[in-house]
Amino acid sequence: MKDLPDPRKDLSGPRPVPAAINWNRLQDDKDLEIWNRLTANFWLPEKVPLSNDIQSWSQLSEEERTLTIRVFTGLTLLDTIQNSVGAPALMPDAITPHEEAVLSNIAFMEAVHARSYSSVFSTLCRTAEVDEAFRWSAENEHLQAKSRLILDEYDTAASPLRRKIASVFLESFLFYSGFYLPMHWSSRARLTNTADLIRLIIRDEAIHGYYIGYKFQRGLERLSGPERQEMKDFAFSLAFDLYDIEARYTEQLYDRLGLTEDVKAFLHYNANKALRNLGFEALFPDEACKVNPAIMAALSPGSDENHDFFSGSGSSYVIGRTVATEDDDWDF
Amino acid sequence: MGGLVYFSSGSGNTARFIERLGRPALRIPARADAPPPLAERPYILVCPTYADGAGRGAVPRPVIRFLNLAANRARLAGVIAAGNRSFGETFALAGDVIAAKCNVPVLYRFELAGTDTDIARIRDGLTTFWDTRCLIPA
Repeated sequence: MKDLPDPRKDLSGPRPVPAAINWNRLQDDKDLEIWNRLTANFWLPEKVPLSNDIQSWSQLSEEERTLTIRVFTGLTLLDTIQNSVGAPALMPDAITPHEEAVLSNIAFMEAVHARSYSSVFSTLCRTAEVDEAFRWSAENEHLQAKSRLILDEYDTAASPLRRKIASVFLESFLFYSGFYLPMHWSSRARLTNTADLIRLIIRDEAIHGYYIGYKFQRGLERLSGPERQEMKDFAFSLAFDLYDIEARYTEQLYDRLGLTEDVKAFLHYNANKALRNLGFEALFPDEACKVNPAIMAALSPGSDENHDFFSGSGSSYVIGRTVATEDDDWDF
Repeated sequence: MGGLVYFSSGSGNTARFIERLGRPALRIPARADAPPPLAERPYILVCPTYADGAGRGAVPRPVIRFLNLAANRARLAGVIAAGNRSFGETFALAGDVIAAKCNVPVLYRFELAGTDTDIARIRDGLTTFWDTRCLIPA
């Protein structure tokens, strides 16, 4: 494997002094583009009025509340891994100093995400039921199995590109078995403020998956044809293994609410998007990705989900979201 | 039939979409120092979205520079916007911005590199769109 050298291998001498980062000399414009988007999107959970969901929370059944807390502890685990292991593990692989800086932003935002679930808990839940759910996630075989698969790749010191594949699958695929539930509640006008918070997390994870996938593609270009094929085979094989676990996790969580098939369509759809971020083609056919339109509308509210001028289902002139028409550079 | 013009950055999503669509298309270069190309006949623009959470920066700068040329605006017949629904309300926002600035319709929206369903719909849609347009006297 002709991957780039791993600086962690050379632990013999004293650490070299790094070059001071100069943001006015970029090797890759994408670094600054993503830095600007991430910093413009910075948020904290205190910005979301979660206490407005207290009444809505009390109207859920006990089973629905337990499910919701468990799903959120599962999401907390993934954010914890990405904050403390995933993003830091990518930093020594960075090709540019700016990439390292972007990864430090990603690592911190994962900590914000993990912290924000605890804000939901302290606003809506009793301490004992939250403690029980954290115990549940620590013992849940499927959560532990998917974490294991991802961590094993992060620890494989020989392959920066495999680490990126694992990271993109975590960011763009593994979260969605959990994200489904708040989108489901939101589509029924329940826990709508919590859903607003989750949408902020989804927005961040989308940029993370996009950026790490972009860096993966740059690295893949440096490999020979057979090495590229080997890396692609690995990516699809890991996608299959993770999907198996996700399918079982989904059945365990959602069977009793009768939502399993709906969630699986959402998983297929997001697995395909994760592969797209890596520059690969879709794994699941379109028929397997027909996500409930109410979930799609909850995911991107107000964006006219079925807009299609060609088939006559959309309006011909969509004008109204005009904030961005005032950007600099427009000369007319 | 009219043509296609597109922009795609290093992530390559829009470029892969255009490749699968299998129609000739003019690419707007990403480099800041590259002069924008000139569209020589009526065309549909395929454009990805780069908005932040407030919608700023939705249209990539090279596309803005391309549309700043009056001759290119005059031949623009419609826009197909790409994006990601995970960005919520700003999904495919570049299409709306270009539609508002240039007074053309948003014809279609797709995610990332598009699905097979998107490709089939857009192929049919493009044919019908240009056929219908040719019947309208200039």
